[in-house]
Amino acid sequence: MKFGVVVFPGSNCDHDAWYAVSQNLQQQAEFIWHDSPSLGDVDAVILPGGFSYGDYLRCGAIAKFSPVMSAIKKFAADGGPVLGVCNGFQVLVEAGLLPGALVRNAGLKFICRTGPVRVETTDSIFTHQAENGQILQLPIAHGEGCYIADQETLDRLEREDRVALRYLDNRNGSMRDIAGILNEGRNVLGMMPHPERAADPLMGGTDGLVILSSLAGAYAGHAASHSPASKI
Amino acid sequence: MSTITPDVIAAHQLTQSEYDKILRLLGREPTFTELGIFSVMWSEHCSYKSSRIHLKKLPTQSKRVLQGPGENAGIIDIGDGVAIAFKIESHNHPSFIEPFQGAATGVGGILRDIFTMGARPIAVMDALRFGRLDDPRTGDRNRRIVDGVVSGIAHYGNCFGVPTVGGECVFDESYDGNPLVNVFALGVFRHDEIFYGKATGVGNPVIYVGAKTGRDGIHGASMASAEFTEASKQKRPNVQVGDPFMEKLLLEACLEAMKTGAIVGIQDMGAAGLTSSSCEMGSRAGTGVEIDMQFVPQRETGMTPYEIMLSESQERMLLVAERGREDEVLRVFGKWGLDAVAIGEVKDDGMLRVKDRGKVVAEISNRALADEAPVYNRPYTKPLRTAPLHGPDVHSGDLLADLKRLLASGDLCSKRWIWEQYDHQVRTNTVAGPGAEAAVIRIKGTPTSVAMALDGNGRYCALDPREGTKLIVAECCRNLSVVGADPVAATNNLNFGNPERPEIMAQLVESIEGMADACRFFETPITGGNVSLYNETLGVPIHPTPVVGIVGTMPTAEPIGIEFKNDGRDVILLGGYGTSDTEQFGSSQYANVIAGCVWGTPPKLDMNYEKRVQTTIRELVRARAVESAHDVGEGGLAVALAECCFGRDEIGVEARMNSALSKEFLLFHEGPSRVIVSTGNPEAVFEAARKNSVEAIRIGATLKSRMAVSNQTETLLDCAVQELKDVWENSLEHLLHSPHHTPVSVE
Repeated sequence: MKFGVVVFPGSNCDHDAWYAVSQNLQQQAEFIWHDSPSLGDVDAVILPGGFSYGDYLRCGAIAKFSPVMSAIKKFAADGGPVLGVCNGFQVLVEAGLLPGALVRNAGLKFICRTGPVRVETTDSIFTHQAENGQILQLPIAHGEGCYIADQETLDRLEREDRVALRYLDNRNGSMRDIAGILNEGRNVLGMMPHPERAADPLMGGTDGLVILSSLAGAYAGHAASHSPASKI
Repeated sequence: MSTITPDVIAAHQLTQSEYDKILRLLGREPTFTELGIFSVMWSEHCSYKSSRIHLKKLPTQSKRVLQGPGENAGIIDIGDGVAIAFKIESHNHPSFIEPFQGAATGVGGILRDIFTMGARPIAVMDALRFGRLDDPRTGDRNRRIVDGVVSGIAHYGNCFGVPTVGGECVFDESYDGNPLVNVFALGVFRHDEIFYGKATGVGNPVIYVGAKTGRDGIHGASMASAEFTEASKQKRPNVQVGDPFMEKLLLEACLEAMKTGAIVGIQDMGAAGLTSSSCEMGSRAGTGVEIDMQFVPQRETGMTPYEIMLSESQERMLLVAERGREDEVLRVFGKWGLDAVAIGEVKDDGMLRVKDRGKVVAEISNRALADEAPVYNRPYTKPLRTAPLHGPDVHSGDLLADLKRLLASGDLCSKRWIWEQYDHQVRTNTVAGPGAEAAVIRIKGTPTSVAMALDGNGRYCALDPREGTKLIVAECCRNLSVVGADPVAATNNLNFGNPERPEIMAQLVESIEGMADACRFFETPITGGNVSLYNETLGVPIHPTPVVGIVGTMPTAEPIGIEFKNDGRDVILLGGYGTSDTEQFGSSQYANVIAGCVWGTPPKLDMNYEKRVQTTIRELVRARAVESAHDVGEGGLAVALAECCFGRDEIGVEARMNSALSKEFLLFHEGPSRVIVSTGNPEAVFEAARKNSVEAIRIGATLKSRMAVSNQTETLLDCAVQELKDVWENSLEHLLHSPHHTPVSVE
């Protein structure tokens, strides 16, 4: 499977995402520059963490105008898997691919720590290898990770089983402890915790791999059933 | 042009004799622009004029050192064709005037020093010193400074994408009017990727890249070379404003441009901006540099050549490209959306020639600026010492209450509130981060990890700068050894008061000499660093605070932490119970926090013994013969034991000791060369200790959730781990948020 990792000016977890999928997960991975009008032949896209364009306005507010975002919108509309992590989640929300907004943390401070996150649904290409209710130790590192939405949106997310991940130790004030959500098509996941930082035993844990390998596994299953000449 | 009057000279912080030297070197009166250029290059900050003759005493070379002092950063070989560049630098004065931007640009400055050499920054650490948080007069201001500095460091490092992996933070009255912000950065590259700040190749274009030049930071270098007075508050415009996003683009663009092979030399514009980068690059190469101000990208209108040359606007670099290949370089900067403009060229005459629309406004020999600054052998006497030699008798009314007060004190409590604001994981190399004995960063693509630590005990140095500094070097090496690393090389940041006072100068001289001895002994040459003098406000100097950053190497492996991992393990103390010496006890945190005064001398250091202890623990950690390892540092044995219990599972300890020391001394005296380990294989520990002639005492065993300590038949401490951990973990947040009292209940 081939992952594309988008690089905006100011992305700083791009290399970490690339390393996790290419080295820890042993899949193909390449970088996609922000002004690229196409995604090439990638099978999944990762929008990595960082401070796209400095994030001096609202996080992700400038990145949504990047040329690559038109390609990503089309890719997502066609059912292509898109994973947005941290700043990537903020970009997806700003771009309208996911509902709600991410605002300053409740304590108004940047928080970097590893904490427990519960898998709320296994009905997605990002979480199907996890057990329902499985608790993952995942790092967060953000200043604006407080997820908010109107009640109707929140109710709808819950009703449609689109809350993918929830904090057990909600430090940023997110409504209903939401750490990650899916789009309607369940092929776009935005999450504030960093799975790529928990993909190597040396870094203190490998709980994040379940997200990345679910994605690779879904593709392998899909490729096996549809195309014997899989690209993997 | 203004006329140069004695007032103008004094306003540039030049003495009459320095001005006379300028007249001699030029053979004429300087222009106003030239005077400005001399004043920043000859400032204490840029020229090291008070410290230079003493810095020569430091060891700077070893087989591993590829680049010693004199470049933007030191470089050492770590094997497999890979090298690391590292340095520490201060931003003390700006951080006092404007804490957030002062600290932020401190991070920005040291990061540029690293990537200007071609290395990608992969770790930052900070040594911070603040005034006391619970002082009714200054507490409010000190809390604001802490908050600003920490947010500033977080803002810059997090956005840039470099992990802040450790450091230290101390609160003391002596830093009330003069906080210290020392930032260490480390980068990695291959040997064939190293770049130097040299303007070689006559006819090659000189290219300006990065942010536009504004009026910010003009005379920052000379500001950093003067004491603070009430008038300093008016110097706020001297503090620069940082843009970490711009710096991130500059990093990526520089590293990419270096790969073209068309860059022959590059240097960041740090202190003294365009002035220092141009004349230092010319001086190193023995060439001339001619630049015209009209081509310099400017963000304000009407800037004079004087202002452009002295501006300390951030996120700028000067580079020299191979003639005919400029476009390859410019194309890369264009891709990253950065200004890159040829502003001049390399000449063969050794001069820095500054033009303004073709008209020469300054013409000075590069060597005169960079290498011929005045050097002073300032008079020195006995080091300033305010503490008495003898102190009160020490009798604890309640040992447990004393332990809790120590664990709640600013210096010893958990610094989680600080380091949780720093992204300490980005780049996914952090094997051991904040809170560990030393930070450990794996180097991807190699079997090697790099360990690093900062130390700088000003209280010890105030009592004896020479012995205090040796203890600092020893502790820093011990921190590395405890995580399993071999100490390899060092960088230093010498923070002192006004060197024109002989008793302050004596502190500096003795500290450097102590550092030279210890660095020679531990084979950790100093590869670069920074001197920050005039750290005084209204005549009150800081504690002499030499901060040492030492880096070491080790095979990459899962870390062995400070905390006990399992119950039922043997707990062994390497290095023995220590001594009963009332004078040495006066330098301890117990004296400082509980007795409320400091006296006497720092602990005695036997460097030979220290080295044997370090060898022992390094062998044990590498052989995985211990499950945890923690050195006994400030606060003594009781604090160290408590810290061993503060793991996620709160594994405690039952220690039954047999020592003739009084209970206060046994629990709280401080001394080097001691390490606590827990192990399931005590024989291996005793065997390693025997082999290295190090004392090893089994003091007890780990158990679940309780810390109990007794000596002979007397119970000294008995408490739930949770109770101690709460005090330790939450104290800093309380100190920072509740005014005017120590809020943590210690009863």
